[in-house]
Formats: sequence, structure tokens, C-alpha cells
Amino acid sequence: MKNEAIRILQKKNKAILESWMKFQLLDEGLREDLMSNDDLRSQSEELLSALTSNLNDNNIEDAKSMGFEQVNDILASVSISRAKQGFSPRETGNYIFSLKNALLEILQQEIKDPQELYMQSIKIGKLIDSFSIDTFETFLRGREDVILRQTDEITEISTPVIQVWDGILALPIIGTLDSARTQVVMENLLQKIVETGSSIAILDISGVPAVDSLVAQHLIKTVSATRLMGAECIISGIRPEIAQTVVHLGIDLSNILTKSTLASALKTAFTMLQLQVTRKNVTNLN
Amino acid sequence: MVVLNKELMTIVREVDVIPFRNRLKEHAVKIGMGLVNQTKIITAASELARNMLKYAKGGKVTLEVISTGRENGIRLTFKDQGPGIANIPMAMKDGYSTAKSLGLGLPGTKRLVSEFNIESEVGKGTTVTVIKWKNG
Ligand SMILES: Nc1ncnc2c1ncn2[C@@H]1O[C@H](COP(=O)(O)OP(=O)(O)O)[C@@H](O)[C@H]1O
Ligand SMILES: [Mg+2]
Repeated sequence: MKNEAIRILQKKNKAILESWMKFQLLDEGLREDLMSNDDLRSQSEELLSALTSNLNDNNIEDAKSMGFEQVNDILASVSISRAKQGFSPRETGNYIFSLKNALLEILQQEIKDPQELYMQSIKIGKLIDSFSIDTFETFLRGREDVILRQTDEITEISTPVIQVWDGILALPIIGTLDSARTQVVMENLLQKIVETGSSIAILDISGVPAVDSLVAQHLIKTVSATRLMGAECIISGIRPEIAQTVVHLGIDLSNILTKSTLASALKTAFTMLQLQVTRKNVTNLN
Repeated sequence: MVVLNKELMTIVREVDVIPFRNRLKEHAVKIGMGLVNQTKIITAASELARNMLKYAKGGKVTLEVISTGRENGIRLTFKDQGPGIANIPMAMKDGYSTAKSLGLGLPGTKRLVSEFNIESEVGKGTTVTVIKWKNG
């Protein structure tokens, strides 16, 4: 015998959709700028029919069962796309919670026996709760994807190589210097050395929060690569607390030219290129 | 010794280290730790978190603010369920690395903190606990 609730829900598809839409549109936070009401409706219709048509006696208590693949797929794509479009968790949550309200409302109208109504409501409630949890997990994963992509983009754009003087390049590094970042830094730097024919590169690490042994190893590697290109590399922006920490860690930077500030590194670079910066003699000008 | 604050964070990816380091810094600043000691504990934490990621595919770190009454400090416990370390005295030697890196993470960390303890069982995992006192 078919479960009573299933029979009702399949028969009342249309009424459920109307009531679900009504609940969704009730939410004052719903933003039409992100999705038109028509799109929302067709998305809801698709999900509802996937749910009711696949619902049977065997899977009503198991949201993960094979029969619900289609439902899970639709929910996953809905929550991923909502995450990327900038929907809030509240809006996404309301989408699925209002479906529960609509389903329970229909059951209440159709089932007269209170005992039966209670049993069926609990079953449907549990099923939708389980879908809700998956929806939130997928939504969060969608948000994380967005963040990771932004991180990659920031890595790309935040390693500019600046030509500060004829023959002198400067590369300010801001943020964590992980392996991926070092690769980008090194490639940019080496390429720019070739392009500009520069002979000195200044790597400024004032914006690096911590210099641990891996960061140090990356710095040493970058310096070696620069030297292989026939250029000299100066590391600047080593704050006193970082210098102390690096020494305690046991890292040997004695083979590397280090300066505390970018200005003093530039001064060293000028000396190496036998350039002299002098102040104009003001008294001779009048 | 009393624990004034306790937080548990999971580290399974390189990006997880950033919020952890920020929380650590917040607490260090809050107890009035100086810039040098802040930098030392943050660097030590960075080494241990990296080891956990690199050798044990991640793990958990407990961040605690502790007090003896006379002195406040920060205690970090890094716990992983990785392969473990067979020869701890060897791993604690400067320059020893099974990964062709500098081999300074563990011995360097020990020099940067006030108290250092490592326990490891092959096949079970590794737990490293460090304390940095505010003026230590
Ligand atoms: N959490 C860990 N789990 C398993 N092995 C570890 C762990 N931490 C460190 N090791 C081992 O100890 C060695 C030394 O670690 P470390 O001093 O940080 O140097 P490095 O990371 O440069 O190799 C590592 O090469 C690795 O074999
Ligand atoms: Mg290490």
C-alpha cells in the first residue's frame, strides 16, 4: 500500500507549488535583483516535481537514496549558483524551509486523523531537513570556491615588478609567501630582468607577516635564480623582530644582501651601479 | 595554571593557516605580548602548521590563553593523525629533513618558544605542544 502522504503530495503538486511560491514571496528579504520571480517559479517547479515524482515508500526516510539523485542534483546546482550570485544564507535557507512549510500545510489539509498527520509530518519534515543540511553544505562550498578564486586572482595581481631606475627592479611582496606565490614572483621577476636588461632586483618583504623556514627557503631560491641570470638580488624590509626570529630559527642569510628598508636597498643599488644622487646646489642657482 | 580562553581550529589546507595566525595574533596582542615575542610564536605556529599539512595531511590546533597568576602566555597544541615520527631526536636536529627542505622547523620552533613538547607514535600521529610566555 502506498504511503498516504506520498499519494497526497503527488496528487496536490500544483497546490503545493502555489503555496510554496506564496511562502517564498512573503520573505521581505527576497531580492528580485538577483532572480526574477518567473525564474524562481520555474526553478521551484522543477525541484518540486523531481521530489514528488521520485518519492516512494522505500526512500521517504532516506534523503541520500538513489531515487533522490535528481533532487540532490537540482538542489546542488541551485545552492551553488545562489552562492555565486551572492544570495545570503538566509535567502537560500528560506527557499528550502518554505518548501517544508508548503508540504506540511497540504498534509494538514488532507489528513484528518491527528495520529496519522503527526506521523507523516515528522517523516516529511525529517526528509526536507536532511535536504536542507546538504543545501547549506553545498552553498558554503560555493562561497568557498568564490573565495579561493579571488585568492588566486589576488596572488596574480599583487606581485608587480616595478622598474625604479634604469637597471634596477623592485618587487614589493605583500601577504603570505607560499609555494604557489613564490613561483609567480620568481617567474615575473626573471622575465622582467630579461625584458629590461636590469642587473639589480630588490625584493621588499615589509608586507610579509611571517618569515618561517619555508618562506626563507623560497627567498633563497629566488635570490639564486636571479644570480643565475647574472643579476644581483637585495632583500629589503626585514624588520628587527623578523631578523631576530630568523636567527633563532637557524636560517643563514649571510650569503644574501639584506637591508632594513627599501630606501637603503636603493642606495646600495646606486652604489653598485656607481651612480650618485646629489642635491642641487641651491646657492648657485640665484 | 588556569586556562583563560580555549579555541579549536582545523587545518587541512594552506589557506586555513591564515585565520589561525590572525586569531593567534589577536590573543597575543590582547595579553600584551611584545612585538618580538609575537613574531616568534607566530613563526613557530606557522612551522608547526606547515608540518601538519605537509606530513600529516592536516590536523587540529588548540589555541589557549593560559595564566600562572604571575605570568600570562599562549599554549598551542598541534595534533595530527599522520604517519608519526620514528626517530624524534633525529627530527629535532638542525638540517634534518625527509622532504629536502631546510629541516629547521622543529629545532627552530623549540628555540623560538618558552616550552616545547613533542609526542609521536608511528602510524598513529604526532602532537606538538608549545608555550610562549608573555615575557618569556
Ligand atoms: N607532523 C609531522 N608528522 C610526521 N612527520 C613529521 C611531522 N613534523 C615533522 N616531521 C618529520 O620531521 C622532519 C623534520 O621536520 P622540520 O624540522 O619541520 O623540517 P622540514 O619540514 O624542513 O623537513 C620532517 O622532514 C618530517 O620527516
Ligand atoms: Mg617543517
